[in-house]
Amino acid sequence: MHEMSLLESIIDLVEDEHRKQPFDRVRTIRLRVGALAMAMPESLRFCFAIIARGTIADGARLEIENVAGAGWCEACGRGVMLTERYGPCPDCGSARLRMTAGDELQLADIEVE
Amino acid sequence: MCAVCGCGTSHDGHGHGHDHAHGGGKFDFGAGLAGVHIAGLSQERTIHIERGILAKNDALARINRRRLRDAGVLALNVMSSPGSGKTSLLVRAIQDLKARRPLAVIEGDQQTSRDAERIRAAGAPAVQLNTGNGCHLDAHMVSHALDELRLVPGSLLFIENVGNLVCPAAFDLGEAFRVVVLSVTEGEDKPLKYPNMFAAADLLLLNKTDLLPHLEFDMAGCLGAVKRVNPTIDILPVSARSGVGLEALYDWIGARASA
Repeated sequence: MHEMSLLESIIDLVEDEHRKQPFDRVRTIRLRVGALAMAMPESLRFCFAIIARGTIADGARLEIENVAGAGWCEACGRGVMLTERYGPCPDCGSARLRMTAGDELQLADIEVE
Repeated sequence: MCAVCGCGTSHDGHGHGHDHAHGGGKFDFGAGLAGVHIAGLSQERTIHIERGILAKNDALARINRRRLRDAGVLALNVMSSPGSGKTSLLVRAIQDLKARRPLAVIEGDQQTSRDAERIRAAGAPAVQLNTGNGCHLDAHMVSHALDELRLVPGSLLFIENVGNLVCPAAFDLGEAFRVVVLSVTEGEDKPLKYPNMFAAADLLLLNKTDLLPHLEFDMAGCLGAVKRVNPTIDILPVSARSGVGLEALYDWIGARASA
């Protein structure tokens, strides 16, 4: 349930950018959120308007690019899809698995005017 | 105003009075900052940021970590679900260790100063951080608590996080080590249900072991689950009530304090 503070951090980053270069308002904020990143896109969307109120991002649209979980299994010697963190390889059951995607929690870009 | 994070300063009001409707079907291409419209150069633009959402917390955590190291303070971030016995463990550790080294505690809770009062009664200075609606401590809160505590070199600092097995795992506070407390009354499958917390920890304290005779706790299953999500974690069974296992914890801390 830390989506509220993640959103506050996002607004902070946008305000940082606003201090660096002037713009009047933010039209769109684009995030990249991994499926295994401990943040729920629905909750981020739900809270966004409330957190953005009264900030430079007031009225902006939040777009979230979901990134699927993926890993590299040493035993299979190939990439596999992951639906949980620290779980075994979904194909062979091996624990020798390295996460390669799904951990993203990034502010990609903002559209401003 | 905080010199580190700049909080307390006004967020340089952007003069956006909201006396206009957003969108509202109005397209004034000359109303941008420059006040002019040049063909082919829209006022609208995309700024690529590509920063981690937690970048600010991580930057503040790095500052805390350097500050603690320079001050010769060993900081442990203690995390668990509510009711695992974190505060009781700390109270006991303070009573046992206060003659050996300077101690201090940062207490995180949603509300009340009850835990900080328990810590002070045990004999260590404590700062209470109330997070309100927040479900975890962050590096910013901890930096302010550090201002308040004025730690002496050689201190051992316990940061007792908000009772929650999910969110605190995502927020680096600048600690040297992460300690997760799991009580045997909680069930042996917790590490599989909340893997991020256990994967991020350096030490697992398996607490309330004095209750084991009364429980059907699958110790081997629990340790297997922990090792599955974190093969390198250290594990110490303890009882804050009976004191069993605590000397091993103090040795673990001592080895890292002198390192």
